[in-house]
Amino acid sequence: MITPTHKPRLAVFKFASCDGCQLSLLNLEDELLALTSAVEISYFLEMTRAEGEGPYDISLVEGSVTTPHDADRVKAVRAASKILVTIGACATAGGIQGLRNYAASGDYVSAVYAHPSYIETLETSTPISDHVTVDYELTGCPIDRYQLLEVLTAYLAGRSPRIPTYSVCQECKAKGNVCVLVAGKTPCLGPVTRAGCGALCPSVGRGCFGCFGPAATANTSSLAARLAANGAKPGELVRLFRTFTAGAPEFARESLRQEAIGS
Amino acid sequence: MMSAGVVIGPDELEQLVKALLARGYRALGPVVRDGAIILGEVEGTAELPKGWQDNQAPGSYSLNQTGSHNLFDWAVGPQSVKAEVFPPRSTIWTAKPPGYVVEEVPDEAAPVAVIGARPCDLAGLDVLGRALVNGSAADPTFQRRSGGAFLVVAECTHPANTCFCVSMGTGPGASHGFDVRLTELPGAGTEDPRYLALAGTRQGRELLDGLPGRPAQPADEAERVNLLARAASRMGRSVDNAGLPELLARNLSNPRWDDVAERCLACGNCTAVCPTCFCANFEDTTDLQGTVRRQRTWASCSDLAHSYVHGGPVRSSIKSRYRQWATHKFSWWWDQFGTSGCIGCGRCITWCPAGIDITEEIAALRASDGAASTTKGAGER
Repeated sequence: MITPTHKPRLAVFKFASCDGCQLSLLNLEDELLALTSAVEISYFLEMTRAEGEGPYDISLVEGSVTTPHDADRVKAVRAASKILVTIGACATAGGIQGLRNYAASGDYVSAVYAHPSYIETLETSTPISDHVTVDYELTGCPIDRYQLLEVLTAYLAGRSPRIPTYSVCQECKAKGNVCVLVAGKTPCLGPVTRAGCGALCPSVGRGCFGCFGPAATANTSSLAARLAANGAKPGELVRLFRTFTAGAPEFARESLRQEAIGS
Repeated sequence: MMSAGVVIGPDELEQLVKALLARGYRALGPVVRDGAIILGEVEGTAELPKGWQDNQAPGSYSLNQTGSHNLFDWAVGPQSVKAEVFPPRSTIWTAKPPGYVVEEVPDEAAPVAVIGARPCDLAGLDVLGRALVNGSAADPTFQRRSGGAFLVVAECTHPANTCFCVSMGTGPGASHGFDVRLTELPGAGTEDPRYLALAGTRQGRELLDGLPGRPAQPADEAERVNLLARAASRMGRSVDNAGLPELLARNLSNPRWDDVAERCLACGNCTAVCPTCFCANFEDTTDLQGTVRRQRTWASCSDLAHSYVHGGPVRSSIKSRYRQWATHKFSWWWDQFGTSGCIGCGRCITWCPAGIDITEEIAALRASDGAASTTKGAGER
């Protein structure tokens, strides 16, 4: 193991998001003490009000960019960070708020707020990588805390993180689950979704809803054709591909294709 | 080792399972779970799928209850014995700071007795063993677990629509590779079935000798032959193996690969359910205390990262990955191991979410033998 000359300084930043991904750092209950002795938690408002100044050795960035203010702030975060890791569906694909990309956000603002003129927002919700260079991405809604631990321990050991890009199916089969799609005709995005969650939803009899985003070379059109043959309507397929990772390019394209088929 | 068979009933079958448990085996048998027949731990025959039948088609699986008392009226489900003898994830060794002395992690699982393995499962173990028993990929866990397993095979009398063991020469009967062979002689209606039992090893013989049962008569053997002939005639699929390795080798540019690549999800279900797919990753991880762990995990040629070498993946397209799987299984496997890599169980057909049927793909390649892809880069990665 490489022994650093100083404890690496860790920062956690939040953009448009629900806090669930940064919370997974605190949810590493058994490892948290060891982690805090390996890194200095310099800036993490969910854990401490102390605001350590940059530069940071490694920054975890949660959330998407939805306001002009955040579009500027993310550049400052990048400038203060040696390594920037985006965590979660919001930061890597725009999150569920990416649904606004398919609509006119001005309409929502007028419908929701008493004084829309106070709201300054962008038309789109976009991943951090649309704005600044990102060194590593962890997907998921929320991320898997052990994947986060893997990225941090890999960084500390000076090795590459072991984060697979294959499908959820491989984790699902390794667990010995019965396929909910084949045996249950349940709409499931597992075959086109990146592993990492441990096949959480299929393990409890639900279809995967794709929160870890597209697997490498996801063949979404073939899966959509199969789900349609099993009885899914185009409208359902649009919603299936358009949830927590609505902005991931492969899922976005398929949802638009299904929208065209349905109209 | 072969001796004359005996005919036993359900009570004696129960005693057989209990006897194996008493000898320290973990018993795995077919059980119904989550809408499928899988291999689960059993304490006796009560958990076995009495009266259940399966309905299989490409990308489709369901069960129905017939009310019969037969225990083996089904064809193989998603799992094979592979997961037991070649676990999806094993820790091989660890090394702890400060000295980083490598310490092997011994496999300590109790030996397993598989109740109701099918003849194709035995063939699968044999084919898997050719990769994992000797040579550079020899796997100590596989050697220990497969060598120590007690195999009670149930010959196949109810093949699925996706089965093609007859054309692969692996079923529906079994002639070797088992400790005990059972053939379920069905009862009419809700009568109890009987089992024609035969020992294939000394251990199997000892077990059967301890059970009450009447010696098998020629009529019992005749019934068995009839049942197997009927099963053989009800194979849902077939593969024409004549010259197949050469056929595949000369059709790497066949446009059929483009066609199947449109459908293939590259999800890896086919390789995970295949009883003979043996590819594995060896990965080292570290934890916060600095302990290094080397783990072996199942790998799949469907995975883009599987062919990653310095600078990038060798097989970047889904087409090249599906072609790798199919040609390895039915062509290069012969060069490597002197056998086909396919045992005709049909799992890859049923459990493919896209319903891709390898027998249909092979037939289509044969029908278009020599056709050349017009798409750019026939030898495309």
